[in-house]
Amino acid sequence: MSVVQDLPAPQGTPGFRARAADFGGRHRSTTIIIGMALVGAILPVLASVPPFTAFQNQASWMDGFTNAGVFVLLALGLNLVVGVAGLLDLGYAAFFAIGSYAYAYAASPFGNEVLGINIVATLGDQAGLIFWPMLIIGALVAAAFGILLGAPTLRLRGDYLAIVTLGFGEIVPIVFLNADALTNGTNGIGGIARPYLPGIGSFSAMNPWPYYVTMLVLVTVVMIFCYRLVGSRIGRAWEAIREDELAAAANGINTVTTKLLAFALGASTAGIAGVFNASKLTVVSPDQFTFIISFTVLAMVVLGGMGNFWGVAVGAFVIYSINNVLLKTLNQFFDTVGVPILKDIDFIQLQFLLYGIALVAMMLLRPEGLFPNSRRKRELHAEMTLPGEDEMTLPEVTEEGGR
Amino acid sequence: MTAPAVNAAAPPARSLSGPGAQLAVRFAVVGALLIAAFVWMGAEQFVNALTLGAIYALVALGYTMVYGIIELINFAHGDVFMVGTFVSLSLLTSLGFSGAVKDPVLLVVLLVGVFAFTMIAMGVVGVLIERSAYRPLRNAPRLAPLITAIGVSFILQNIVQLFYGPFQTNAPQIFPTDWFINVGEVQIPVLSFFVIGVAIAMMVSLQLFIGRTRLGRAMRSTALDRDAAALMGVNINRTIAITFFIGSALAGAAGVTYGLQFGVTRFDLGFQAGLKAFTAAVLGGIGNTVGAALGGFIIGFIEVGAAVAGYTRWGPAIVFATLVIVLVFRPAGLLGQQVGERA
Repeated sequence: MSVVQDLPAPQGTPGFRARAADFGGRHRSTTIIIGMALVGAILPVLASVPPFTAFQNQASWMDGFTNAGVFVLLALGLNLVVGVAGLLDLGYAAFFAIGSYAYAYAASPFGNEVLGINIVATLGDQAGLIFWPMLIIGALVAAAFGILLGAPTLRLRGDYLAIVTLGFGEIVPIVFLNADALTNGTNGIGGIARPYLPGIGSFSAMNPWPYYVTMLVLVTVVMIFCYRLVGSRIGRAWEAIREDELAAAANGINTVTTKLLAFALGASTAGIAGVFNASKLTVVSPDQFTFIISFTVLAMVVLGGMGNFWGVAVGAFVIYSINNVLLKTLNQFFDTVGVPILKDIDFIQLQFLLYGIALVAMMLLRPEGLFPNSRRKRELHAEMTLPGEDEMTLPEVTEEGGR
Repeated sequence: MTAPAVNAAAPPARSLSGPGAQLAVRFAVVGALLIAAFVWMGAEQFVNALTLGAIYALVALGYTMVYGIIELINFAHGDVFMVGTFVSLSLLTSLGFSGAVKDPVLLVVLLVGVFAFTMIAMGVVGVLIERSAYRPLRNAPRLAPLITAIGVSFILQNIVQLFYGPFQTNAPQIFPTDWFINVGEVQIPVLSFFVIGVAIAMMVSLQLFIGRTRLGRAMRSTALDRDAAALMGVNINRTIAITFFIGSALAGAAGVTYGLQFGVTRFDLGFQAGLKAFTAAVLGGIGNTVGAALGGFIIGFIEVGAAVAGYTRWGPAIVFATLVIVLVFRPAGLLGQQVGERA
């Protein structure tokens, strides 16, 4: 019944939602830019109103949002590999590490010395200028390693591929840890230049806004890329491989190059995230790229709803906020609000326990993720929808036919 | 004996011109490698490698059994092993033991008690994990239980950390570490033989259990085809629960032996150990219990070998590199069957 009422009247003006959906369908990239601009404008406002100010001040929030953005980037990239192409990658942090170290070599005195170049010395105070080209170079380096790993291993299927990537994810930090002469071992590479933009100058830790805006732009660009890719011939090839590799190959898709491309593009996104992260922390060390990162990003992708880019971005944002903001600041929050019993519990100590419980609980409640990809949802509920739910679509069809 | 059913479930014989000859070649290769390792490392390190390998193998069995039956990479399994070390040390300290027990009778009674208690406790923990975190997701997308497994892993680690703190905890080494057997000119601790013996005894009993009992047959049939097994009257939920019980109990046993052998444990032990044990399972051919045992010993030899060669810090990297190389050339693992993909 409601279906009929919601149908737009033939001659009247369509409703706002219908128009928005129509616009979104025809102008994907513009929609993403508008959406990200809205998100980018709303977040600072949210961070300065009561329930959120009880956790931390606005500047800390903005800094946290920027860090969350790094994970949004990672999740978007992993989503290409796992969600769209269906290749389970458990060592994604390796590419993040490679991107970070790539920037560290280009923009730190130690790194320049190792490589025998003198970018930092030449540019002096403006060494951070190298940040902008490094975003692309870092992506290319990470993509190259993605191909290097993928070329011999992509003929493995399913879980075996997962294990090889897991092994790769372990090897990369170990190499960075143990190759002392090249990477400075445990201490990592410090003194990395912050990004420099003419007119703004060098970004600083005091002012979160330049980083925030840069991150917004990066996420927007990556998201546009992702949407365009998935809508393209390559994207359809990835989905075909995910659904049935044999059938895809039989239909003329070169599965090896297509899978390699997914791997390389996913890796390059992680490379960008790594460059950004290194420029923000100004130090890279092997312990930043443990297995926990790979797992967390995978949890973000699965929880957000594999294959759905907005869902994955929101999933990344939610998980990062739970883990790094909510659980860390619960103490402060309950102290401020003054809840009797909760005030006395040390939540910092319980952080990872609660994180684990949150992961299990969210997965049990929404096994298909918060915002599942529409096609995946249909697959999952195929058995359930066939007999019962079809009634909802059938009358609609007859209505159309009756007109 | 009702042979047909057993034969039907057994892996199909490979069509080879001379199966006996090939088996002999394999044994010869393994023997030659072992001798080479023995000569290079010396008896002491050789036994160390076997001991470490035995512990990895026990943990790997749980991974491979669970994967074989529900195709889940049970990332919480390494942490079950870690909890096992803490359960056994808590039991021993609460009984008032902190050092070596020299009285043989008391030692035997104590060891039997500790193994039984820890194995049953960890088995129950494993079943509880399966019941609460995996069973509700059995028909969900394949990655969903993987994420809950990671969640359970975090939960176990942090519960232990709450009780025992983030630092190393000493485990009472009730088995005397100063009992030695002289082999030639080197002294080999009796403890090492004990650990290896326990591990091999458990592997053999597991093989017998899977191969010769009704429950074992139920497990094999469930692994082959869950729906068909259910139609034949196998209680699937119970069979999977039993698989988790046995796998976790073996991890518990590995935990006890780890405590006896190394005398220390920590809340994050399960992570690295679990990763290596899982690597062992994959190396041997996942789903194959003999392969898991073989893989465990191989990893033990690689790690100790790296240490002997002076590359202790590179040990894990060499382990994973070996895994990558083996998988590239033998995508189903060393003993895995090269089967086509299921539709």
